[in-house]
Amino acid sequence: MNKVAVYRKEHFNAAHRLHNPEFDEATNEKIFGKCNNPHFHGHNYELIVKLTGEPDKQTGYVIDLKELSGIIKENVLRRFDHKNLNLDVAEFEHLNPTAENIVIVIYNILRPLISNHLDMQIRLYETERNFVEYPV
Amino acid sequence: MVYLTRLEHFNAAHKLYNPAWSKQKNEAVFGECANENWHGHNFDLYVTVKGNPDKDSGFVMDAKQLSHLIKENVIEKLDHKNLNLDVDFLSGKICSTENLVIEIWKQLLPHIPANVTLHSLKLYETPRIYVEYFGENLQ
Repeated sequence: MNKVAVYRKEHFNAAHRLHNPEFDEATNEKIFGKCNNPHFHGHNYELIVKLTGEPDKQTGYVIDLKELSGIIKENVLRRFDHKNLNLDVAEFEHLNPTAENIVIVIYNILRPLISNHLDMQIRLYETERNFVEYPV
Repeated sequence: MVYLTRLEHFNAAHKLYNPAWSKQKNEAVFGECANENWHGHNFDLYVTVKGNPDKDSGFVMDAKQLSHLIKENVIEKLDHKNLNLDVDFLSGKICSTENLVIEIWKQLLPHIPANVTLHSLKLYETPRIYVEYFGENLQ
């Protein structure tokens, strides 16, 4: 086994709001603070998709990174970029769009589109200083 | 003369939309930035003042003091806000990065100590897009 990890970095920007409709206003405010602003706020998100596998004998590729970029753009960026995650992205209709939940949603979108022979891990930066990884 | 820069950051939602135009024209001019449901950014703000280092402290200005006055007069009003809806000094303005940097200048200028001069603002909307303003043609 001579596995190599390859990475593709993409970015999108979006508005969101952290809010749990089961909490009252005061509890939402207490837990989510300024992220609970009813008028939303926003971020430039950086998305890094990591795939691990053996390079193909004929091409030398783990995956054609241009092809990976196309898959991310078509299935994630087209739906997330310049959107309101709470209002425009169906997966968050009843799911709080924390960085944690966003990274799981993105993984679940991409995983079926990539060969089972490759392991996938996703890192999502919400700001330069706050980022999450899935799966761990 | 030495130039001192302080970097602060905030994140916010906005949309680019001119209410005097039809929805169609807004979409033609502003594209996906006109999304009615907003989108958002992590903004980085570079504030540069210039002056001569003080003989006793060696400072052009206490960088901590510069940080405080940016936070108090700008960041607190913008961070985790909707620029179109939540910010008094942007009311009625199109929330482009260009307009935003001019309005931030106006907020900061009265609070800059007399012994230094506000030289420039650099405002990053994304790591790849930024504007600069030097206080020219301030109205």
